[in-house]
Amino acid sequence: MMQTKLHRAFAATLFASAAAMATIGVALADSTSDEIAKYREALAEGNPAELWEARGEEMWTKPRGSKQVSFKRCDLGLGPGVVKGAYAQLPRYFPDAKRVMDLETRLVHCMVTEQGYTEKEATKNVFGNGSAHRSDLEALAAYVVSQSKGVAMHVPVDEPHVRDMYRLGEKMFYYRGGTHDFACATCHGDDGKRIRLQDLPNLTKVEGAQKAYTTWPAYRVSQGEVRTFQWRLNDCFRQQRFPELIFGSDASIALTAYLAGRANGAPYEGPAIKR
Amino acid sequence: MADPMKIRANLVGDETEVKVLMSHEMETGQRKDAQGKVIPAWFIQNVKVMHNDKVVLAAQWGPAVSKNPFLSFKFKDGAKGDKVTITWVDNHNDTRTDEATIA
Amino acid sequence: MNRHSLFRWGAALVGAAAVGIALHGCASAPADDEVADRAAAMMKSSFKANGQATLARLDRDETQRLCSEYAGRPLPPDIAEKIRQANLATMRYPADGQFVGDWKNGEKIAQSGQGFQYSDDPKSAAGANCYACHQLSPKELSYGTIGPSLYRFGKLRGYTDETRRYAWQKIYNPEAFSACTNMPRFGAHHILTEQQIKDVVALLMDPASPVNQ
Repeated sequence: MMQTKLHRAFAATLFASAAAMATIGVALADSTSDEIAKYREALAEGNPAELWEARGEEMWTKPRGSKQVSFKRCDLGLGPGVVKGAYAQLPRYFPDAKRVMDLETRLVHCMVTEQGYTEKEATKNVFGNGSAHRSDLEALAAYVVSQSKGVAMHVPVDEPHVRDMYRLGEKMFYYRGGTHDFACATCHGDDGKRIRLQDLPNLTKVEGAQKAYTTWPAYRVSQGEVRTFQWRLNDCFRQQRFPELIFGSDASIALTAYLAGRANGAPYEGPAIKR
Repeated sequence: MADPMKIRANLVGDETEVKVLMSHEMETGQRKDAQGKVIPAWFIQNVKVMHNDKVVLAAQWGPAVSKNPFLSFKFKDGAKGDKVTITWVDNHNDTRTDEATIA
Repeated sequence: MNRHSLFRWGAALVGAAAVGIALHGCASAPADDEVADRAAAMMKSSFKANGQATLARLDRDETQRLCSEYAGRPLPPDIAEKIRQANLATMRYPADGQFVGDWKNGEKIAQSGQGFQYSDDPKSAAGANCYACHQLSPKELSYGTIGPSLYRFGKLRGYTDETRRYAWQKIYNPEAFSACTNMPRFGAHHILTEQQIKDVVALLMDPASPVNQ
């Protein structure tokens, strides 16, 4: 008699704990999200991106290249040498280059036309890899974007060239391809989704685009580097099983114009810190 | 010569709050490169903070401290205009000293 | 003007605006095709081959083209049916008629996100990366939510021949069931081998698998 009672009680406990396990599984995953958010807040105070900003600021004023000229004449859209607020209005059309440019393509343009670098030299090491293989562009980008902190995004989406790139970028966002049929929209097209435990912004909604775009460039803890939006696009396509996105290519500018344009109105927050 | 530290020192009430960001690879010696070779250990072993000829903080670090370490601490007294000097020494005997003024 | 008629005026205005937008949408459809074509061409010229990731990966098949075209808006039922039929036609089955392999290997395949990226070794076995999008074993807390939970997949549907076959088909080519699904075509696109798919089916359908505990 005693044995049957114990057996039933045991079975009941097993059933309850199995059900609880599934619930706990979900609950633990949710509280993990909360803990990750707390971790991010704690990290934000000692953001190593400041070291890149310092290096970039030094580079901005130093004479460089075969022409030994600094960036003080580089026009990011607000006049020669004007850095304050410049990132919040990029990408934009530049008549001197006859092209819509993002920050990096514009910096490369200045390096080539004013400082005497060749295109190849200027883009030799765009993504850094440790202190022995640093990227000048990542440091320059960190400095320039830091000067737009708090400024509301205002990409000139009504200017015809930017508008065209915006529409092209929108089409590319939905371009399903590669071995796995992935498009940007596959991961970034819905609310409340995540890959493993990494929450995914819904970039088809303005709030999602705003939160995502205003936090790049960022110090990526897992990389130990400051990464830019060009890097983010490149790395997304790698994971989509696409071939390699060319740095500063038309598609990279079109997608940037689309996502930056959708972020309009939101205050710029970078350089941020991410996992 | 290693990259300069970013130091902020502020007087808050009767305490000086110091926040410092150091630029260092802090390689643990456990990682392997793409070819499978161990990447040699390279990390800050000693940190010393001086204020008015007094050591206000001395630390011994190991490979558990992450890359580009951020250190935040407080010490009693200190006045606006005083100098705070921070020195680190790593396992290669490389060293870096930077100073900041208490604001 | 009282509040009621103000509301009706407002509704009429919104209605007129909606019609205006719809008409405008119709008028710009040819221009939209032109933007889509230029976007595709711009994609082709903005990438370079890297290792196993050749430029051919940017060439889209009918399914990818249609799913790109209709993305962000409702898929017309006839287009959806066309996609389902075209993908059903690609379905292939194991020669020995056995759908279920080894769930222990299936779990390894579900955990692995390697394969087909230009950073991956083409000689190494690819994974299916199931946990990126799905919950499976209750012991694994690090799971994604792009797809539905597969916890107790076999237990809930019944350990039948029909369900085993369905699990195989869903992994081999999920477009045959759900046009423009986010899930990759693991069999039809040769991402997994026949044995690997059997092992993943086992993960879902073996009563001893952690998924069914």
